[in-house]
Amino acid sequence: MGCEGVARFWREIPQRYNFIGNKCGSCKRIFFPPRESCPYCRRKSMGNMKEIKLNGKGEIVTYTIIHVSSEDFEDQVPYPIAIVKLDEGPQITAQIVDCNIDDVKIGMKVESTFRKIRQDGSTGAIYYGYKFKKVNKQ
Amino acid sequence: MDKIGIVSYGANIPRWRIKTEDIASVWGKDGKTISKGLGINEKSVPSMDQDTATISVEATRAALKRCSINPQDIGAIYIGSESHPYAVKPTGTIVGEAIGATPDLMVADYEFACKAGTAAIQSCCALVKAGMIKYGLAVGADTSQAAPGDALEYSASAGGAAFIIGSENVVANINHTYSCTSDTPDFWRRAQRKYPAHGGRFTGAPAYFKHITHCSTNLMNIAKTKPEEYDYAIFHQPNGKFPVSIARKLGFTHDQIKQGLIVPYIGNTYSGASLVGLASVLDVAKPGDRIFLTSYGSGAGSDGFDLSVTEKMNDLSRENAPSVFQMVEDKEYIDYGTYAKVTDLLYWE
Repeated sequence: MGCEGVARFWREIPQRYNFIGNKCGSCKRIFFPPRESCPYCRRKSMGNMKEIKLNGKGEIVTYTIIHVSSEDFEDQVPYPIAIVKLDEGPQITAQIVDCNIDDVKIGMKVESTFRKIRQDGSTGAIYYGYKFKKVNKQ
Repeated sequence: MDKIGIVSYGANIPRWRIKTEDIASVWGKDGKTISKGLGINEKSVPSMDQDTATISVEATRAALKRCSINPQDIGAIYIGSESHPYAVKPTGTIVGEAIGATPDLMVADYEFACKAGTAAIQSCCALVKAGMIKYGLAVGADTSQAAPGDALEYSASAGGAAFIIGSENVVANINHTYSCTSDTPDFWRRAQRKYPAHGGRFTGAPAYFKHITHCSTNLMNIAKTKPEEYDYAIFHQPNGKFPVSIARKLGFTHDQIKQGLIVPYIGNTYSGASLVGLASVLDVAKPGDRIFLTSYGSGAGSDGFDLSVTEKMNDLSRENAPSVFQMVEDKEYIDYGTYAKVTDLLYWE
């Protein structure tokens, strides 16, 4: 009951909690989420993909505001979803939190924050991971 | 062996706030009178994607940013809360994984109403002293619940603080600690129930005041100190009045408690309450400063701490994470409708 996705999510914990990606030992390209092999170097990368921890910081490349969401996110609309270019190069899609939707801008510097992503109803597992927020100068 | 104490610290407070007056207006009460009576102007509210696990992780990551310890050297994690996301599955497992401390460590969740976080600090101290671990992580955090219309609705809020305990590069020595416990049913939440119940005024004299007075007095006897020897004092803060009153009764001045008195701005963060206050004091404390802290947990008990800030505080990169007052100021107001939605008041089976 409510545990169909548990194993898949569990496998993804290193990337979802700690930005563990990987780097091709041949061409040095960095991938996030990690890939089994490098799509550029193919066979040369096999067994040569090295785990790497990304810093969880980046910049908004583009974004949209979600007004009609999937069921899991209905209580959060409207909310921004952005393509974030990480400092190490990979681009990922993620939710932007802790700011007014009018404040989201292309080029805005963002950093990851640990949040609840979804849950399997009121009895199933709770899935955590990264979202992004604006970098605040201290 | 060096003295045992706090190696680093961090706090986390959700951005959303609701004003006491906005809650009062829904129930036809005079908000100004309630706000003044409780000494709470507004309280923090977690967003839909924040809970005790996310607050604990963010507070711990702030602590790790301020120091240079290897998370793999953390040998124990104890998370004190009365709002653990799971009834069975420790919050500490999520925190341990998210900070890179797994797999070789001890983990358990604590519950002792609002003092579970200080109990976690004591456990970490003991393990470090016994030589069983190099560092321990103690967290007090909550997304506390209050029934709609109940007096607690004006105060129950969200936030937490994390402390890395060790014996190397200690920024605040824990000179003494003392605890007292009794069976005092002033506040409780029965199994399977969504909201806590409380004994109204019974939460005052025989509960909060009796335990904090007993614990604080005995702690000062053991430490051979007097209130005036401390630069800062922090007491559990279920509202803005109780800690001010107990401080005065024990002989502490308002100047000694104001840096650690956060409840007027964010409400009662339960297991986080006294510890967010301690984090706020550590934000500004200088070497040589002496800090007094007594927590209180309903049910009931108190943990007291006598701390001395060391020269190592100058080496701690406090600027690497936001201060408590920076987080207090970084806020966005929500109305009662949004509050009702995020605190699950509007849903039905």
